[in-house]
Amino acid sequence: MVAEVVIKTVDLHCSFGSTAAMRDLNLDIYKNEILGIIGPANSGKTTFLRALNRLNYLSASYSQTGDIIFEGKNIKQITDRLLRKKIGIIFALPQVLPVSIFHNIAYGPKVHGLTKKNNAAAIVEKSLKKAYLWDEVKDRLDLPANRLSGGQQQRLCIARTLAVEPDVILYDEPCSGLDPISTAKVEDTMQELKKDYTQILVTNNTKQAARVTQRCGFFLMGELVEIEETETLFTKPKDKRTDDYITGRFG
Amino acid sequence: MNVAKIREKVAFTILGLITLLVVIPILLTIFYVVKNGAGAVSWEFLTQPPRAGMKQGGIFPAIVGTILLIIGTMLFSLPLGILSAIYLVEYAKDNLFTRLIKLSVVNLSGIPSIVYGLFGFTLFVVILRFGTSILAGSLTLAIMSLPVIITATKEALESVPFSFREISLSLGASRWQTIRYCVLPYAIPGILTGTVLSLSRAAGETAPILFTVAAFYLPRLPHSIFDQVMALPYHLYVISTQVPNMPMKLSFATGLVLIGLVFLMNLVSIILRAHYRKKKLW
Repeated sequence: MVAEVVIKTVDLHCSFGSTAAMRDLNLDIYKNEILGIIGPANSGKTTFLRALNRLNYLSASYSQTGDIIFEGKNIKQITDRLLRKKIGIIFALPQVLPVSIFHNIAYGPKVHGLTKKNNAAAIVEKSLKKAYLWDEVKDRLDLPANRLSGGQQQRLCIARTLAVEPDVILYDEPCSGLDPISTAKVEDTMQELKKDYTQILVTNNTKQAARVTQRCGFFLMGELVEIEETETLFTKPKDKRTDDYITGRFG
Repeated sequence: MNVAKIREKVAFTILGLITLLVVIPILLTIFYVVKNGAGAVSWEFLTQPPRAGMKQGGIFPAIVGTILLIIGTMLFSLPLGILSAIYLVEYAKDNLFTRLIKLSVVNLSGIPSIVYGLFGFTLFVVILRFGTSILAGSLTLAIMSLPVIITATKEALESVPFSFREISLSLGASRWQTIRYCVLPYAIPGILTGTVLSLSRAAGETAPILFTVAAFYLPRLPHSIFDQVMALPYHLYVISTQVPNMPMKLSFATGLVLIGLVFLMNLVSIILRAHYRKKKLW
């Protein structure tokens, strides 16, 4: 089976000021896969993720060369607005807006004018159901979102991203602040979303990468050391540095 | 009790007393003004124009004048100040030019008010030929208020967590939508505080209105923005220094009305702030 490439990076090189954060990355991301990215701190994982929907440009010192092709189109030809609608991101710590559960989710559709055609309430319900949060919050949609537990907040963030109908979801260490049970729920949600979305998971937790992903890449100092089927990467890594990292000899 | 605890107690007591020292002059001023002026404040005083060489009657035209000047100042300085602060914080890149602007804004707040008065007189009254008028006075006061409004708004915007902007932008919202929905609502309490502070100062200033709008004695109300008006601070100055044998209680009563007006503005801002603070959930 030849899988469809959703995102392709060509010689992607990212820097903040004079510091290179990501060097010459050539990587294909396939439709409906969960791609894992592991690596120690400062290995360029987050930079890579945020390059995909141009969030890196929020820092004034950022610059980038090379190309990112999304659904056959260079992202330079796509507006921020559309690109970020199509490629959503979940941040490391659950980041909710200081408004109700309902309005957190309705915000995205509102700014894209989706609520004019469809009923906001319907979008909110659909998104929460997809993120497996609906049953836990359906009776208290007016509750301020930050009253939810950390795990619920993170799934709320997933629902918020789903509400603008993306094709790709990026996760930037989504479970770093969560307890094991909440982590399991987020991971379950990711598995369920696999059939409709392409997902990229950056994680510090190698066990999580082994549990959740099909393919996994190892980043070190801004370079992609190797990328393999997850099972191969964790059992028979080609590069010694990967082996050292996975077995906990550094990092 | 050990030595460290005793030391701490002594330090806190001293700090507390110093804080009290700051409050005392304010309370004394208010007490003194109320004590000497309250007797002369009557319905007639508030609603009648001055008569008999300003020794009788009331201060109605000056109250109206000051209120009109506050409104005029607000109309010019609020949009200008808030929009430029939004530009500086949310849009402008950090370069020499914007740093120069920021530095100018800070320095502008240190310029003596009489200099603003002279500037306003030259630009608005003479060059632009607005004459001595509400328009010229409001514009002068507005320029004087701008630095404080800009600085306060900037700080209020900067205190809104960056993550709110990041969330909004990451969902594909435009910059303006982000500001409109995810930044401004949470900055409003801070903006209000700065604005009211600076408008209160504008309401009480004499120097900027001296050559630009204030009338010595004008018992009728203005007909247009090109009319002169009486204003409370200038009226207070006039009756305290230019009119011989003026009853002191009338000066204090005028001062009391001015303080009351400023207090009223602060009250409105406190209520608005409390309303918006309820939304602050982080």
